[in-house]
Amino acid sequence: MGAFIVEFVAYIDRFIEILSHTIDDVIPILVILVGFQLFVIRKKIPNVKRVATGFFFVLIGLAFFLQGLEQTLFPIGRLMAAQLTDPSFIFGHEMASNFTFNWQDYYWVYIFAFAIGFSTTIAEPSLLAVAIKAKEVSGGAIGTWGLRLAVALGVAIGISLGTFRIVTGYPIHWFIIFGYIIVVIQTFYAPKMIVPLAYDSGGVTTSTVTVPLVAALGLGLAETVPGRSALIDGFGLIAFASLFPIMSVMAYAQIAEYRSLKAQRRYAQNRPDDQESVSDESDSSTNPIPKPQKQTNSTSGEK
Amino acid sequence: MPIILVIAFFQIAVLQQPLPNILDLLIGTFFVVLGLTFFIYGLEMGLFPIGESMAYDFAKKGSVVWLLLFSFALGFGTTIAEPALIAVSAEASKVAATAGAITNTTVAMKEYADGLRLTVALSVGFAIVLGVFRILKGWPIHWFIIGGYILVVIITGFAPEEIIGIAYDSGGVTTSTITVPLVTALGVGLASSIKGRNPMIDGFGLIAFASLTPMIFVMIYGMAI
Repeated sequence: MGAFIVEFVAYIDRFIEILSHTIDDVIPILVILVGFQLFVIRKKIPNVKRVATGFFFVLIGLAFFLQGLEQTLFPIGRLMAAQLTDPSFIFGHEMASNFTFNWQDYYWVYIFAFAIGFSTTIAEPSLLAVAIKAKEVSGGAIGTWGLRLAVALGVAIGISLGTFRIVTGYPIHWFIIFGYIIVVIQTFYAPKMIVPLAYDSGGVTTSTVTVPLVAALGLGLAETVPGRSALIDGFGLIAFASLFPIMSVMAYAQIAEYRSLKAQRRYAQNRPDDQESVSDESDSSTNPIPKPQKQTNSTSGEK
Repeated sequence: MPIILVIAFFQIAVLQQPLPNILDLLIGTFFVVLGLTFFIYGLEMGLFPIGESMAYDFAKKGSVVWLLLFSFALGFGTTIAEPALIAVSAEASKVAATAGAITNTTVAMKEYADGLRLTVALSVGFAIVLGVFRILKGWPIHWFIIGGYILVVIITGFAPEEIIGIAYDSGGVTTSTITVPLVTALGVGLASSIKGRNPMIDGFGLIAFASLTPMIFVMIYGMAI
């Protein structure tokens, strides 16, 4: 019981320390908002009490979040990285002393990275909001689920490729520069309206919880994989996670456009076998779900 | 929380090892959830209404100088307060200290972390100003982005190796909980108040700017220290 109380007091101490840091962190934004409101717009702040309460909640919430982060997400990310790269886990216990590492041996790391990237992105609320907007603007050509899948796949592939880079230790800028080149080429072929949205989707999808976890995973990997330095190799996962959705969203828009054009042409020619051949294609494609939706759309549009 | 499910699955089915300090981790998870809930509740109650109404007011007011000043302040202020950035910059300073890039003292680490955050915040402020300017002029976005990419590539050639990873990451880190809604409100408000601008095409894109410039600025920061 005594030990518990000591631990509890330590928690409180740490919390107060973090809280005071947090206040330092958040003061600038308050000063900016209030300053502009009073001196430039010269209107009274509406509902001062509400705003003040809101601000108090922000402070408390941020302090809790940071403490929880320090205690959970960072350690978990590192721990998972350490355990997944543990030689005895990779080779089994009997071969634990045999140190011949190949990048293929870390396949569980890539699978884990993929799963984390996909699951956190598909559940991201801000992404859902963006997807709904995109559907409205595109007149149904870009399905909500299709966009979400495209972004989630982009993040997942990005993070797994990022872990692959950490394991192999290739310099990050070659990957990123190559990615840029693809993005630039895609920009010229993608439908115009999707371009700003695609650019934005890279930044939007990396949420507050995902970022620290993924950062910790990268650092942990760089620390445990032999021959890697945490400073040089540990960072970069988030960069991958924000670059790949740009590509996947543009690619998705291109596919969606191409498909709806093709479907229209087919219906215009009124060939009897088109239904079959189209459904064959959808099996081999990466985004099967929005497919039926689009077809019914273009059908009703034609009639 | 799908994250918990994925971690639990890997821990139990793949690694088949129990988590150490399970109590600590559970309390921490609870704190994260509680903290985020409070944080977002507070944002929606206090900051977002003011931020959005100010963004609209400035967009409609017509004074370009004030609008640009406000854009800078908004980008700077929201980034300084961004929780993910606080956490990651602290982590980066720890890594830099253990690797010997900076001295291993609390003061040096805090300076490094704060320097990183200030650099990123400045760059986001700059990005929003540039983005607002673009919306005002109606220039197509991809020229800016491609130009930015080229700059990133050129500077990468000169930047010290240990800053490159952090710099590339900082682009994605900056744009989360606080920045995205406020900045999007500014962009869409602006684009809908100017004649001949489509909020969908012109209103978006600020975030893209805000995730591009930090890379450039942080690499320059890495060259400077």
